[in-house]
Amino acid sequence: MSDALPPFQRFLDAQRDAVWRFLVRSVGAAEAEDCFQETFIAALRAYPRLRADSNLRAWVLTIAHRKALDAHRARARRAVPVADIDAADARAESNPAARDEALWDAVSELPARQRSAVTLRYIADLPHRDIAAAIGCSEEAARRSLSEGLAKLRKVVPA
Amino acid sequence: MTDNSPTDSSAIVEVLRLGPACAHDGAGASAAAQAARRLVDRVAAEGLADVSYATVESPFGSLFAATTKRGLVRLAFPEESTDSVLERIARRLSPRIVEAAAPLDPVRRELEDYFTGRRRTFDLSLDWSLIGPFGRRVLGVTSEIPYGGVLSYAEVAAEAGSPRGSRAAGNALGSNPIPIVIPCHRVLRSGGALGGYGGGLERKRWLLELEGAPTPRR
Repeated sequence: MSDALPPFQRFLDAQRDAVWRFLVRSVGAAEAEDCFQETFIAALRAYPRLRADSNLRAWVLTIAHRKALDAHRARARRAVPVADIDAADARAESNPAARDEALWDAVSELPARQRSAVTLRYIADLPHRDIAAAIGCSEEAARRSLSEGLAKLRKVVPA
Repeated sequence: MTDNSPTDSSAIVEVLRLGPACAHDGAGASAAAQAARRLVDRVAAEGLADVSYATVESPFGSLFAATTKRGLVRLAFPEESTDSVLERIARRLSPRIVEAAAPLDPVRRELEDYFTGRRRTFDLSLDWSLIGPFGRRVLGVTSEIPYGGVLSYAEVAAEAGSPRGSRAAGNALGSNPIPIVIPCHRVLRSGGALGGYGGGLERKRWLLELEGAPTPRR
């Protein structure tokens, strides 16, 4: 039924894995659950007003992205000590799993816009146009944030 | 990963795409499924959805049942495709539809009692919004036929205010969105022949026999 929105349950079934994956990677497993609930509750409220031809994945990931930003802000207010870069470097050299972990630590410490660009591009698999819409900037600025973010990650975790 | 040049991000990108092991293997998918289940339970408990649906077991197999805040809005036999039933509800009523068992508990209980002969009338509230104006008249008359009783198509049409409309009444009965509960199986041909039934004539006969109504010989 291309002229109508799918029933919400079908939309949830189709998008839940991508949203979960995105949230686990952008806020961590501990906070993913709350963000997931808030994302889909917000989606449910807005759902009937959505245009039937909308890109549903980009739409829901944009909401998830906002919830992830909120979670990051809340965490910053709670002032949890940031990960020790030296420790991350040391771990990065020892084995691939530790290197991955160091990379995720580094992602969570990127400035908000760069983190959004990196997670929306590579985890959510959104095109630059949708990333720009999600962040609320130009496509050019989104590309710039993405490459700046990647450059920082390369410093922490050399390829 | 043979290219280790410092300007190449492909290794980083690869890790980002695959992510932490827990997020992309089976555990990640099932964690997402569980989170979705908790979400739907919460949506149902807080009344955030416009329509909830679930399957309800019956002697005919798994029935599809959907309810709104007003009441039972749709009951479908196992042959009907759940997807097309859902899509129709989404277009006619609201796309805010979730699969949740709890809102259908009263329907499940009353149907079970009915099928085991412990219940003769349903106390469920019904939502008539999938039924058009003429259908409401016809099915309204039908819902007054008592357990174990029958009317003819002509009698139902006459009661519904269109004495020559027994064919139209038959069509309205055939598209009854809440069979069994709105007992369209209690409407027969004038001579007593079974006539038609959306769920199949075998089921119509079974329901009439359950209720002890007179049924034509096979």
